[in-house]
Amino acid sequence: MKVLPVGDRALLVELADAPEAQALHAELLRRRAAGSLPPVREIVPAARTVLLDGLDAPAALARQLPQWTVPPLPPRARDVIEIPVRYDGPDLAEVAAHWRTSEEEAVRIHTAAEYRVAFCGFAPGFGYLTGLPEQFAVERRATPRTSVPQGSLALAGPYTGLYPRSSPGGWQLIGTTDTVLWDAAREPAALLTPGARVRFTAERRR
Amino acid sequence: MTDRALAVVRAGALTTVQDLGRPGHAHLGVPRSGALDPSAARLVNRLVGNADGTAVLETTLSGCAVRPRCAVTAVVGGAPCAVTVDGRPAAWGAPVHVPAGSVLEAGPAVSGLRSYLGFAGGIAVDAVLGSRSADLLSGLGPPPLTEGTVLPLGRPQGPLPAQPAAAPWPRPPAELVLRIRFGPRDDWFTPEAPATLASGAYRVSSASNRIGLRLEGPPLRRAVTAELPSEGMVLGAVQVPPDGRPAVFLADHPTTGGYPVVAVVDERDLPAAAQALPGTPVRFAPAGRPGQGSGPTTAAKCRNPRRPGW
Repeated sequence: MKVLPVGDRALLVELADAPEAQALHAELLRRRAAGSLPPVREIVPAARTVLLDGLDAPAALARQLPQWTVPPLPPRARDVIEIPVRYDGPDLAEVAAHWRTSEEEAVRIHTAAEYRVAFCGFAPGFGYLTGLPEQFAVERRATPRTSVPQGSLALAGPYTGLYPRSSPGGWQLIGTTDTVLWDAAREPAALLTPGARVRFTAERRR
Repeated sequence: MTDRALAVVRAGALTTVQDLGRPGHAHLGVPRSGALDPSAARLVNRLVGNADGTAVLETTLSGCAVRPRCAVTAVVGGAPCAVTVDGRPAAWGAPVHVPAGSVLEAGPAVSGLRSYLGFAGGIAVDAVLGSRSADLLSGLGPPPLTEGTVLPLGRPQGPLPAQPAAAPWPRPPAELVLRIRFGPRDDWFTPEAPATLASGAYRVSSASNRIGLRLEGPPLRRAVTAELPSEGMVLGAVQVPPDGRPAVFLADHPTTGGYPVVAVVDERDLPAAAQALPGTPVRFAPAGRPGQGSGPTTAAKCRNPRRPGW
């Protein structure tokens, strides 16, 4: 664990890998719920870091953090969110070819994995999901699309993501969901929050 | 329909509804947003008897004009500009009575960039995640004003303060001095980077917006060329994209990013950054290397002079 100061009010905690970052994030949420964490405005997990922003005394916490015992993330801490998907994305054929398999088998591979929301970013409610086996990582598209439709299921690098609303995007589109990913009137507004477990089920193509 | 509303007569280059933003949702990918010059937004609110977090209008360079449907007390502050009611000169930086149906106009900024229009009762559009701010990165909150937009006004919250005219307004800076603390990724740059940043050879770029203050000047060279996995970003982060030209993250900044942050600007200097016109010289004033603590800085001496009244 490496604790880096970020300005005068924040700390960036760098971990060895994604599972360690997710475990520390869960531990921070536990301690905040238990009232044993000093007041903090934002706890932002990312690929292999957790940012703590809006701290009154970051130096004190920076000294304590390396002494913490952080239990590994229990595999079944939360219920699985099931998201029905039509695997009809314009890049499905290309992804299947990259995986040296058929489109049907690509769908089987993608629905077989269990995912976890490692972190959010890019847009409100856009989750970066890990869980696809390493050998299935894909490149971003060389030229991003100017408009990716809302509900698109997409791949980039080791991540799976779902576009909560239409936006430009460079990820490989493999499917579509009607599931509402972002609703500002809902609490929380995002369906996919850091730490959530996710499975995709294949719907018939329309 | 309620009479407590105002209609937009001239929207200006970019006028948005802003309050103090929606912090606390960064883990969902939601930017903080809010007034870029929160000191000015707080002051116009106080001068019309509103609580600090009440929604105001934030203009960009060219001001705006609105026609309230009810009599309302308003204050125009932030970047100095001509203020008129139905074409007649009115006070800047002090409460102005606007009769029902009259046009309140904030003219182009005489200096600085962003003027703020506060109204007794505030702009009462629906809040999204606890804030009425327009977030131009992710599209949350009300869209930027256009001619004909009608915005609801809230009920006046309290009496006007007794002596509003004594309020101090910071003068927009001739040179923008930004106190910084290096890190978290200063070790991703060559050893010359700190001296380059402190050299004062930067200017505000016209590509700046509510997301970031972009800078023109000498590029910072990377010592580590690997790709940085996405990590959380803070307000004031000095992020360095592949072209090496630093950008200072402002209120609508993305919550995570994959370009290294060489330093972080002291939040107290960001209101001045929000008022810096394109071309304004920028000097970064380091407050010590990480681990050395942030001792007193010479930058404190050359902060924006404050002037009484206007």
